[in-house]
Amino acid sequence: MAPVVDTLRLTAEEGIGLVERREISPAELHAAYLEAIAARDPELHCFLRTTAPGDGSSIPVALKDVISTKGVETTAGSKILSGYTPIFDATVAERCKSAGLTLLGKTNTDEFAMGSSTENSAWGPSRNPWDPSRVPGGSGGGSAAAVTAGLAPWALGSDTGGSIKQPSALCGNVGLRPTYGSVSRYGIVAFASSLDQIGPVAKTTRDVALLYSVIAGRDRRDSTTAELPEPVRVPEADSLAGVRIGLPVELNEAEGIEPGVKDAVSRAIALAEDLGAEVEECSLPRSVRYGLPCYYLIAPAEASSNLARYDGVRYGSRSDGDGYREMVERTRDDGFGDEPKRRIMLGTYALSAGYYDAFYGQAQKVRTLIIREHREALERFDVLACPTSPTVAFPLGERADDPLAMYAADLLTIPSCLAGLPGLSIPVGLSEGLPVGLQVIGPQFGENRLFEVGHALEQAIGFDTVPTRLR
Amino acid sequence: MSISRDEVLHVARLARLALTDEEVERITGELGAILDAVGVVAELDLSDVPPTSHPLDLVNVWDEDEPRPSLELDETFANTPARDGDHFRVPPTV
Amino acid sequence: MTWEPVIGLEIHVQLKTRTKMFCRCAAGFGARENTQTCPVCLGFPGALPVTNRRAVEWTILLGLALECEIAEKAEFARKNYFYPDLSKGYQISQYDLPSCVNGKVLVPTASGDHVIGIVRAHLEEDAAKTVHVGGRTGRIGGAEWSLVDYNRGGTPLVEIVTAPDLRSADEAKRFLQLLRQTIVELGISDAEMEKGTLRVDANVSVRPQGSDELRTRTEIKNMNSFNFIARGIEAEAERQVAEWESGGEVRQETYDFDASTGTLTARRAKEEADDYRYFPEPDLVPVEPPAELVERLRTELPELPAARIRRIEKALDLDRALVLVTGGLDGLWAATVAEGADPVATGNVVANALVGAGVDSAAVSPKELAKLIASRDRIPRTAFDAAIAKAGEPGFSADPYLAEEAVSDTAELEPVVAAIIAANPEQAEAYRGGKEGLLGFFVGQVMRETQGKADPRVVNELVREKLAG
Repeated sequence: MAPVVDTLRLTAEEGIGLVERREISPAELHAAYLEAIAARDPELHCFLRTTAPGDGSSIPVALKDVISTKGVETTAGSKILSGYTPIFDATVAERCKSAGLTLLGKTNTDEFAMGSSTENSAWGPSRNPWDPSRVPGGSGGGSAAAVTAGLAPWALGSDTGGSIKQPSALCGNVGLRPTYGSVSRYGIVAFASSLDQIGPVAKTTRDVALLYSVIAGRDRRDSTTAELPEPVRVPEADSLAGVRIGLPVELNEAEGIEPGVKDAVSRAIALAEDLGAEVEECSLPRSVRYGLPCYYLIAPAEASSNLARYDGVRYGSRSDGDGYREMVERTRDDGFGDEPKRRIMLGTYALSAGYYDAFYGQAQKVRTLIIREHREALERFDVLACPTSPTVAFPLGERADDPLAMYAADLLTIPSCLAGLPGLSIPVGLSEGLPVGLQVIGPQFGENRLFEVGHALEQAIGFDTVPTRLR
Repeated sequence: MSISRDEVLHVARLARLALTDEEVERITGELGAILDAVGVVAELDLSDVPPTSHPLDLVNVWDEDEPRPSLELDETFANTPARDGDHFRVPPTV
Repeated sequence: MTWEPVIGLEIHVQLKTRTKMFCRCAAGFGARENTQTCPVCLGFPGALPVTNRRAVEWTILLGLALECEIAEKAEFARKNYFYPDLSKGYQISQYDLPSCVNGKVLVPTASGDHVIGIVRAHLEEDAAKTVHVGGRTGRIGGAEWSLVDYNRGGTPLVEIVTAPDLRSADEAKRFLQLLRQTIVELGISDAEMEKGTLRVDANVSVRPQGSDELRTRTEIKNMNSFNFIARGIEAEAERQVAEWESGGEVRQETYDFDASTGTLTARRAKEEADDYRYFPEPDLVPVEPPAELVERLRTELPELPAARIRRIEKALDLDRALVLVTGGLDGLWAATVAEGADPVATGNVVANALVGAGVDSAAVSPKELAKLIASRDRIPRTAFDAAIAKAGEPGFSADPYLAEEAVSDTAELEPVVAAIIAANPEQAEAYRGGKEGLLGFFVGQVMRETQGKADPRVVNELVREKLAG
């Protein structure tokens, strides 16, 4: 008889140990998670669909529904892909399979990964396990909430402007947005090609590092990927001696950061100093002021082009029309939700004749500035740190009708995304009973350093990832 | 900065979105506000700054000209709303 | 007032790589519909392009043959528009940073080489194929549809844009023949208009002769042979001249040329102009060809057609040189002349007799051909023609055909000539009355009478003498 597994507490590493020691079989472990999902997911709605245990040799993994899974419906949170069942696996899904991980299910997402709350999903929002009247963050709220609620040992999400980091902060777990180009985008329903990256979400930094090592590395099917310059190191050290941490003023003192968030982050930084880190202020003069605007020109522009393929011809839903053009126009208006439509319109405008130079062209130059500022700062420091999100989880519905207010949720995550840099969010405390995340940003391919910092702080803080109400 | 209703209609045509009247009105307002916010990029004088298209500096990534298996027909058509024999069928273009 | 046409061409060359431009589906004709497809060329969600290295190299090779500068950094770009044959809703092409720029092609003319500027040559992917069924074109009473086959979608294309330097329809045709021959000799494409592996659109305007103004130009599409292109250009230039001369104006329009009727039909103006919203392709990284690659490709260039024409022209005339080179026949000509054959006679035989007999010039032995040409006047015509017909066969030897001499003994031929003349008094009368063309009739009769064995030159002389005397 299988041991009782407390999925709320079990880390992925522990789960792997159980399986390796044959204390539980992969199928039994998978079934335990399905049970937990049956019990808690009706309230939280993390999963869009679950799958039966396959013949994997290891623990299960949940995949955000923008990740193509062969034979398993993949909707990217949109009606326009309702029923779409890929005939191929995304590379990251293949690599999980090769590592013996079983597919637990597909998690909820803002439509086409566009959003910061998972309220833009055509299938209804997901809820924050710490307080179900609040959002879990987005666009990867499903994956983050699933991990926190013990519905998956770990998960993969996608991050374009913060869609892994911000939900991890709001749900109180660890999320990594990897260096652009370190993980394959082949098979990922594209949002913004020069920004999208797939990354791990889990309860601990070590778990995140383990899952990252499964998926990272060059893929010949994605021309924008590169081989990792050094192997992934699963962190062990407790000390941060000699680590130089920079605190960009513009990120840490940005307008809109709640006092409770600031306090929790300050305490975490103080702790880092106790662990031996050298902490100092620095500056990213223009990256924050111009980061959001730059992002909200580049990302929608690329998205407007990436979403042009949804025309009802080869897959996806199709509406009727008198001729080809009418069919396409109706299919797209019927199938896309408000946020994708907004971004397609914005992106098309930013690329259009007469506006390209002032908008998209200018944004690409701003991006160069942001890259330079980050590179300069990271010459003096090993990592940069700041809050991941300006606020704790906000109530469902609060920002749903205010696009600009919603976009502001990504204020602190966006600049380093534009720079193609990796960022790790770790939970560092609570504010008003809700989790606060610390964002640690590294240089390109600096994930190992991020894992060191994350792990040492995590050990020192001892944050309990199980929500108070579920203990 | 506002965007006119005509401009919105033009962009919707380019993007092949059959927006309803309600959508056109709402989006006109929303886009105006968003364009105001993102338009601040124009404040910067970046005439000497090159644009970035790729955050990772890679060049010359390519494949040898060796064929790999194509899909089987049932895979190709697995998700299409309208298969007609060996073709995809769409309403006429003219 | 005299007018001159100002012509530029846009040429698409389909490369004969084994696989498509951005995926490794097999490229090429004839497969069952939609069987040469994959998530990438079908534009499935999440699919990503990967560049075909050979296509890049062949583009550089072509650029070098066109004397272009090879870009140190070339970048792919997305051209965004909606059409069923475009599976992603955008075509991956090149825009701001094409692979090749600023080249030229020399078109030999009687008055010297005319330089035709090549503005750019860039690499892109082909669209798929859409066909119409039902309604007007097919089944009676059935619903009308468009059907799409994505096999062709993604095939590599090189687009070549010329400067508006061409000054006549004939020159445009000559340019295209040279270009096509160059492409074929590089081995990168079959470049056949009938098969669609070479496609040409023409941009035409006119201006008063001698001025350098550039007036409004129109575009002509859908011409699928060099002859049609020349005629289409001529027709359009005429139409424009008539327009200007009657006080009217030429508008920027696109025309289709119907070769069977010789008419130009303007396409319906689009509701809105195309706005392709080009931006750099984020899924592909730039191409920065290493200097060693470019140099290696440069050494692989064969001697280009224009240079060979100028060389051959010294021995023959320009027209003959053009025909030989653009027909890919000059190799045989040169090799045969090297064996000692007379250049002019060889030019005639290669361009006319061999081609007329349908012989594959690549299979002909220059040595044997040289022997044949040397004896051309000595042996019977029938023997020569029979030899030519067999010249392409493996192991062909001219010797058996050289054994027989044509009959040139006037003593033997005189009676035959006299008999033919006597048998045709009316024609003889007509000839003496001024119809000199009838000479050929008499010569022909004598040749027939002697079963082709008479020496036609001697016969010619004898007939002349006899008819005159």
